[in-house]
Amino acid sequence: MSSDIWVLAEYAGGRPRKITFELLGKASGLAQEAGGQVVALALGSGIAGAAQELAAHGADVVRVADDPLLGQYTTDAYAAVIEPVVSVEEPFLLMIGSTAMGRDLAPRLAARLGAGIVTDCATVEVVDGGVETTRPVMTRKAIARVAFRGDGIRIAVVLPNIFAPPRPDPSRAAEVLPISVTLDPASIRTQVLEVKAIARETLPLTEADIIVSGGRGLRGPEHFGLLKELAQALGAAVGSSRPPVDSGWVPHDYEIGQTGKTVNPQLYIACGISGAPQHLAGMSGSRTIVAINKDPQAPIFSIASYGVVGDLFVVVPLLTEEVRRLRGASHG
Amino acid sequence: MDVAVCVKHVPDTEAAIRIRADGHGIDENGLPFVMNYYDEHGVEEALRIKERLGGTVTLLTAGPVRAALALRSGLAMGADAAVHIEDPALEGADHLGVAKALAAAIGAQRYDLILCGKLATDDNAAIVGPALAEFLGFPQATAVTKLELGDGTATVHREVEGAIEVLRVALPAVITVERSINEPRYPSLPGIMKAKRTPVTTKTLGDLGLAPGEVGIAAARVEVLDLSPPPQRRAGRILQGEPAEMVKDLVRLLHEEAKVL
Repeated sequence: MSSDIWVLAEYAGGRPRKITFELLGKASGLAQEAGGQVVALALGSGIAGAAQELAAHGADVVRVADDPLLGQYTTDAYAAVIEPVVSVEEPFLLMIGSTAMGRDLAPRLAARLGAGIVTDCATVEVVDGGVETTRPVMTRKAIARVAFRGDGIRIAVVLPNIFAPPRPDPSRAAEVLPISVTLDPASIRTQVLEVKAIARETLPLTEADIIVSGGRGLRGPEHFGLLKELAQALGAAVGSSRPPVDSGWVPHDYEIGQTGKTVNPQLYIACGISGAPQHLAGMSGSRTIVAINKDPQAPIFSIASYGVVGDLFVVVPLLTEEVRRLRGASHG
Repeated sequence: MDVAVCVKHVPDTEAAIRIRADGHGIDENGLPFVMNYYDEHGVEEALRIKERLGGTVTLLTAGPVRAALALRSGLAMGADAAVHIEDPALEGADHLGVAKALAAAIGAQRYDLILCGKLATDDNAAIVGPALAEFLGFPQATAVTKLELGDGTATVHREVEGAIEVLRVALPAVITVERSINEPRYPSLPGIMKAKRTPVTTKTLGDLGLAPGEVGIAAARVEVLDLSPPPQRRAGRILQGEPAEMVKDLVRLLHEEAKVL
């Protein structure tokens, strides 16, 4: 086994996702402890220019698989390209982002490789020559410490928005090693018919630094506009608790909580959300939580860093105005 | 169309849990267990397929004795048969071990479609579905919000970051389902009565042709060392005053104290 830390790069619209940089930053620290290098694994179509950006963020080596059949993620094609390389090179640890792609691919790869796999990792550390992770379980009512056993390949699927992306250093260079791809199109048993973009002006919830979220207290779909204005002023994404989704006010992809997405933003602003355990399970890892609710007994206040007891229909527009003032002052 | 659905018996997510004093697992005494609710959506989808196209719905679980209750819930919803893989050697198995046992019980020939919940709410791993697909040699689609069956294929929707991906998957396949795919039915009284009479087939690892060393703790590549309560959030500050004052204070605190603006 090598001592190298591998990172699977993930691309969106021709650019690496933020999670890729977060993982490269974390990998640099781990590689120092393990005494190896940081190897980025980049799959795609027309991504020859990928190496420089990955190097700038910490990759020492970039393994590139560039093929028209890799332009769109499919489980079969990606697993077929990655498995033999990882199997031969035996990295100390392979890190994959906990994204729609990562969660689909990583367990499949682990099963094929006979690798150890831990998903939803919130920490990853080298301990006594092995790797230990922690991850939230039981709808965040407990934190599990999970260790890899044995010396075989380890795969850690890491939550986004946990590790800070490193500051890019454009002077860094990486050794670029192409991976030869010989894919038989017939071996790809899923066909992507369409990718329908969801009309969102903002970042995906799982990547956003700031989230403005609404609950039952919004009283109807038309009032989500208030949150969108605040989100625009903040450069934030808009989410919701479960009741607005169940009432059909917003689509399911807005939902944060046990039955929706888990998010870890720097700032989470909960508007008209009571704070049921099912919601807290998806957002209580946020660094700073603001609660705006007219019910002073709402459980959300027990976990909020800052609470505003008041009518959100009054408070939110005032907040939008105040944020615009602050942003205007700092940018103008 | 013969559909297999994998289910898991998990603590009710509404219940408070008690971590054992030594950190090894949770105290199951008095803790209510239910079928993982993502799996309920899998059972519901299978029943709808059966209602449209005919065929059978078979439930499978790998777990301790109590896990048979998850099978009973699914039978009460309307499933036809249930298989319980129960073997002390599964204690300490990792997710790949569990997937291997399920794959052996499912077999490559018997079903047209295998459904799983997108994850189980106890350990949140989301590993067994894709690993099962690999061990069966089937294609997969994960976190599916819509499923339509065609001639030897399934067309599915899955939520990805900022988009809906529409995939066509060759059958047989393993498909893991999201909550938004359907609204599970409640078991009917006749369903509950029938479920009581339907035999659950119990299988040991030996029955499946597996050695404990292949799937049990000896083969496990990961190990849960302990559980601990999540860090308590610092008691927050409730702002006072008129709305305009509170908002001014809030923005100042977010800017100067929390440094997030």
